[in-house]
Amino acid sequence: MTMKLDKFCLVAAIAALLALIFPLSGIDGDTGKQVAFVGDIPGLAIAMALCVIAGAAFTWLGVRSVKAGIVILAVAVFGCWQAVSVLYDHGVAGYAGLGFWLFILSLWAFVWRGIDVIANFHSLDRGKQHLANVIVPVAFGVWLLFVWEVVVSGFGVPQVLLPPPSMIGERFVNSTDILASDFHQTFVKAVLSGYVMGCGSAFIVAIAVDRVPFLKRGLLPLGNMVSALPIIGVAPIMVMWFGFDWQSKAAVIVIMTFFPMLVNTVTGLNAAGKLEKDLMATYASGYWSTLFRLRLPAAMPFVFNALKINSTLALIGAIVAEFFGTPIVGMGFRISTEVGRMNIDMVWAEIALAALAGTAFYGAVAYIERKATSWHPSFRVRRH
Amino acid sequence: MSGQTGPVCVVLIALLVLWYVGAVFMNAPTQIDRYERADQTWTTGQLIEDTLAQERPILPAPHQVAVEMYNTIFAIKITSKRSLVYHSWVTLSSTLLGFGIGTLLGVLLAVGIVHVMTLEKSLMPWVISSQTIPILAIAPMIIVVLGAIGIKGLVPKAVISTYLCFFPVTISMVKGLRSPQVIQLDLMRTYNASKWQTFWQLRLPSAMPFLFASLKVAIAISLVGAIVGELPTGAQAGLGARLLAGSYYGQTIQIWSALLTAAFVAAILVVIVGWCERKVLARMGVKP
Amino acid sequence: MTLKQVVNNVAEMPASKKAVVDIKKLSLTFQTADGPVYALSDVDLTIEEGDFVSFIGPSGCGKTTLLRVIADLEQATGGDISINGVSPHEAREQRAYGYVFQAPALLPWRSIERNVTLPLEIMEISKEERIKRAQEALKLVELNGFEKKFPWQLSGGMQQRASIARALSFDADLLLMDEPFGALDEIVRDHLNEQLLKLWARTNKTVAFVTHSIPEAVYLSTKIVVMSPRPGRIIDVIETDFPKDRTLDIRETPEFLEIAHRVREGLRAGHSNDD
Repeated sequence: MTMKLDKFCLVAAIAALLALIFPLSGIDGDTGKQVAFVGDIPGLAIAMALCVIAGAAFTWLGVRSVKAGIVILAVAVFGCWQAVSVLYDHGVAGYAGLGFWLFILSLWAFVWRGIDVIANFHSLDRGKQHLANVIVPVAFGVWLLFVWEVVVSGFGVPQVLLPPPSMIGERFVNSTDILASDFHQTFVKAVLSGYVMGCGSAFIVAIAVDRVPFLKRGLLPLGNMVSALPIIGVAPIMVMWFGFDWQSKAAVIVIMTFFPMLVNTVTGLNAAGKLEKDLMATYASGYWSTLFRLRLPAAMPFVFNALKINSTLALIGAIVAEFFGTPIVGMGFRISTEVGRMNIDMVWAEIALAALAGTAFYGAVAYIERKATSWHPSFRVRRH
Repeated sequence: MSGQTGPVCVVLIALLVLWYVGAVFMNAPTQIDRYERADQTWTTGQLIEDTLAQERPILPAPHQVAVEMYNTIFAIKITSKRSLVYHSWVTLSSTLLGFGIGTLLGVLLAVGIVHVMTLEKSLMPWVISSQTIPILAIAPMIIVVLGAIGIKGLVPKAVISTYLCFFPVTISMVKGLRSPQVIQLDLMRTYNASKWQTFWQLRLPSAMPFLFASLKVAIAISLVGAIVGELPTGAQAGLGARLLAGSYYGQTIQIWSALLTAAFVAAILVVIVGWCERKVLARMGVKP
Repeated sequence: MTLKQVVNNVAEMPASKKAVVDIKKLSLTFQTADGPVYALSDVDLTIEEGDFVSFIGPSGCGKTTLLRVIADLEQATGGDISINGVSPHEAREQRAYGYVFQAPALLPWRSIERNVTLPLEIMEISKEERIKRAQEALKLVELNGFEKKFPWQLSGGMQQRASIARALSFDADLLLMDEPFGALDEIVRDHLNEQLLKLWARTNKTVAFVTHSIPEAVYLSTKIVVMSPRPGRIIDVIETDFPKDRTLDIRETPEFLEIAHRVREGLRAGHSNDD
């Protein structure tokens, strides 16, 4: 084995070393002095020194095992903690200098190398492999949040442009009552009712259409085309017809979710294989019997596909429809008014809520799908 | 596929008839109200005629929308603020700009994800789960925030379209670039082909059907992004602005004509992408 | 148990032939969730220049794995292997062999000719040269006239012939074939076997050929390697001395039947080991 220097650790060590040398912060306009020095902040100095030592050590040793990866991630986490504390407790926020950014660069190299090792981890133990597969994206997500926080605070980006995640989190926690009422209005009232009505009616229409081949041939191409159209544009019309409250949003959702469900169900009803259909025919199975025993079960993957697509469409429909007029509650309403007032942190809190709701909704549908169509090949665990 | 034309026409005609019937029934109450206030006697024939010719109907009749569209598309100079061609162009230009950038970014990201294991494991789960987030909700914020730092007009809308396009393209392209069979990858390996040779000769051609499938989704969603992006700017120009202005002033005919125009633009865009798909795949010798 | 009888006419073979593939004590173990799988264990084998070697055995006996180790598509976990005196990895970098897979693995977006020129393109050979060599290779498999067709326009047998032409196009001395005719029907297979023999006789290439058909193995080979599963190992090596220009008729001769019988016995003996 030839010795190969670990480039990422080398970068981390050099950047951390330079971070100790270059000024930590810029100059305060009023006092004409630098805001903070590494020498005055023991925690940060230790973190930087640790980065130099760990970086130098692993440059020679190489990061070959998951244990080594965890060690450098631990160093990086300590460094991140110190970096954030310097920003807020020592007034570096808005005055970050070259030294600070070099330190962040060093941390980035460590995090990337650490994640890299865990991402390339292969184990025959399914539990361990699964754990590694979860840790990697979570660590990456946390790192992105950290970078967002540090860049926004360090450069002193005005919070009307982009608030740091900590501020959004604080806003989220402090306005749970507003968020809860918006959630109730938009999600519970509009999205759920529209979703159930839209998907339900399309499902029934699909079964009816399936009995008439002529209609099927006429509706299927149209339905496919409609899914490419900007249906969201019917929102102002629905607001006129059904008023400002949730009914108009539910109506938009019904229209948006109808066609994906119709097209998928009709396609799914034809998904049963010829062999299976012939088998049912040899039993002299009637239409309804074949429908329930063969064609609907075979259609389930398609139906769930539509349910998943629609879960996202429904939330988009409700939020955008609220841009056209609402009572003074609702997620879309809050976004458009708070944007107007330049309360961007509240907008982000609302977006975070929408993201959570969307992911949870999708996740719930996906969970039911897993339970209902566990026989489908796409859920089989690959052995190698 | 010729067996579809007949049924599709019949369904379209049925929809048109339904639309007329709907227009009569939905507009009748206000019309009767109007008669009664004017103390006027009326016949059914007159009622039907009048319900289909209201100025601000609840549901405008198809011919009213058609006349409005003709007037604002053909009978007016395209530079006029009332021209739908002008508004369509405003929307279309940011749609196409966003689509172009979004597709490029999406493909590049997919190439990165396919070639760097760590990116796949760390980034890909986020790209996939971002599909479940109602991304369109951030549209007003992007418009306003970019407006606050002096970026206005085409670019903020294109940013929204870019953002919307980018995810489906990435996901499809990752799938597509991974679609070569093991046996084909082994074949390239027996030739000692480099990563780039394998990419150009095998992965990229294999990904083409996936790319086009996602482009159809991307162009449609890009248009939606541009339209929604026009809402918070206070209805200046574009099809979204026409929708919003129409809903402010109760101009239902204007809303419907903007809506139908948007639908036509979307249909044309998807058809163009589909045409390109057929051309490219035919050149690649795919079984027709 | 193993039938290690000295084989017909070994003495007649010239002893100075060059070894193309030299395998000593080779083993390969896959780690899986259900414990280790011994795909190859203690394999010794020499393939000499101009040999036509068949690997035969039930599925799971490691015959395909062995071929893949020779091709550097799998790495051995123990023992030594050299191809033309270098490691499989270096041999692959020198493009020392052509590989034919179980399926044609033609790229569906390339015409037959462009499929055959694919390896030449990767090896950065000039365009005129590429087309010239593709013509020659296609002539060898009797596919001239089909250059501009796309794979889906050809029958399964023709597709597999195109994939053989592709393996021949860069004129490697060693041809590795992994059940190339396994998916074809008997009649097409006979025809392709005859063609393959003619090709081998004409070009004097060394061929390693994986199959699960006894008549195919006996008909084609100068050397039959009988393998057995769990662990994958060689249980018998049978040499034959049919002339190079043999025809399908030899399948009726007593010598043929005798060898086929011996192969069958070997396979049966290997099987009884693990039941």
